[in-house]
Amino acid sequence: MSAMNRDKMLVEAIQSGTVIDHIPAGKGLTIIGRLQLKNAEVRLTVGLNLPSHGGGLKDLIKIDEWRFTESDAAEMALFAPRATVNIIEDYRVVRKFPIGLPERFVGVFACPNTNCITHNEPVDSRFRVLVADDAVKLKCHYCERAFADSLFIEQGSL
Amino acid sequence: MSNPLYRRDVISIGDLSRTDLEFIVNRSAELKHSGPLPLLKDRLIASCFFEASTRTRLSFETAVQRLGGTLIGFSDSGNTSAKKGETLSDSIQMIASYADAIIMRHPQEGSARLAAEVAGVPVINGGDGANQHPTQTLLDLVSIAECQGRLDGLSVALVGDLKYGRTVHSLAQALGHFNPTFYFVSPDALAMPAYIEDNLTAMGIHFSRVESLEEVIPMVDVLYMTRVQKERLDPTEYTHIASQFILKADMLSHARSNLRVMHPLPRVDEIHPSVDRTPFAYYFQQAENGVYARQALLSGVMNEAIELPFPGGR
Repeated sequence: MSAMNRDKMLVEAIQSGTVIDHIPAGKGLTIIGRLQLKNAEVRLTVGLNLPSHGGGLKDLIKIDEWRFTESDAAEMALFAPRATVNIIEDYRVVRKFPIGLPERFVGVFACPNTNCITHNEPVDSRFRVLVADDAVKLKCHYCERAFADSLFIEQGSL
Repeated sequence: MSNPLYRRDVISIGDLSRTDLEFIVNRSAELKHSGPLPLLKDRLIASCFFEASTRTRLSFETAVQRLGGTLIGFSDSGNTSAKKGETLSDSIQMIASYADAIIMRHPQEGSARLAAEVAGVPVINGGDGANQHPTQTLLDLVSIAECQGRLDGLSVALVGDLKYGRTVHSLAQALGHFNPTFYFVSPDALAMPAYIEDNLTAMGIHFSRVESLEEVIPMVDVLYMTRVQKERLDPTEYTHIASQFILKADMLSHARSNLRVMHPLPRVDEIHPSVDRTPFAYYFQQAENGVYARQALLSGVMNEAIELPFPGGR
């Protein structure tokens, strides 16, 4: 049995859906929170603090019957930028891709600026992702302020 | 003469290119010399001030009327349906169906961008909370070009509250198109934010921080003063620190002859009245240019092509 399969067997296998692997240990609960915001009835199987074959620990989440698109995955990118997404059909991985930072987040996060007009109007929040020297910032399309990713990660764990 | 601004929204200084900025500066000088022209004849402009502002509102409304346009609008949100809980989006869609363009000021950041997205007519931002006030920057550029005869390659000191002052942030960004050298003079607690300095570095612009106002005066063509607000500093430190950023006439004895002192106004005590009587003072001419800069902007937004009696301007 390969290392990857052995990891996956630590939590119950799913017939069809998505496995998010290589989540930094401790970030799994944040991602579960985001998933439940998008779909309150989502069926999850979770492994926390599993041994990672690179050494150290990781979290892993299996999501029944929900095959992630790149844009579903991108919404999780701030919390686990190096995680991988495995799409499962009939107990097999049929597609695998890394979570990548998108260029934009639309309607995902509330603007941390409490005086931003998006809090009072029927409009989706919109952020452009800025990456410089390994630091990630999100710049609001409306109030034009740029915020460190940590502010959004806190929102994610609400 | 066609123009690059026709039917454009003007929300943020970053939306304007060097060509756009030069167009407005040149057009402003032309309009100042030509006298009133009917460039907004038969145009109805909505002046929507959800937050009170004397100088900005009056200079916009003067600009519209001097160009032969007519106005509807309000000078604060007290008597509007915003008070009843109507969303800004609904208010703006309704107003856009009445008027040919909307000038707006609103206390919340991002309001003008949102308005531009829902309005079917051009929206001009007269200030959205602490975010942008692009026409202040336009009148600053118009005034700098007027008193220096050029915009390229100037040495400019920005003095005072550089941390919270949206005026100096926008001016730094706009002048960045014209290869300036900047000197930043401020209390440590109110220094230019890192993201502005990073942007300037990325644009290849030279800038340095200078400790004292007196030291920077002989080095610059433009001394742009702003107010250090009391509430931004520790009260016990305020008197000591603020006094280091007050300009007095005798400090200008080693200034270059072309130096001009500018200020977005209102000033409190950061420019001593003794400076008013020196040839360096330019803040009142700057304020007057607010009308011409806004005329230039409005005439560009509302006319696809313009024939002026003085082609080529200055």
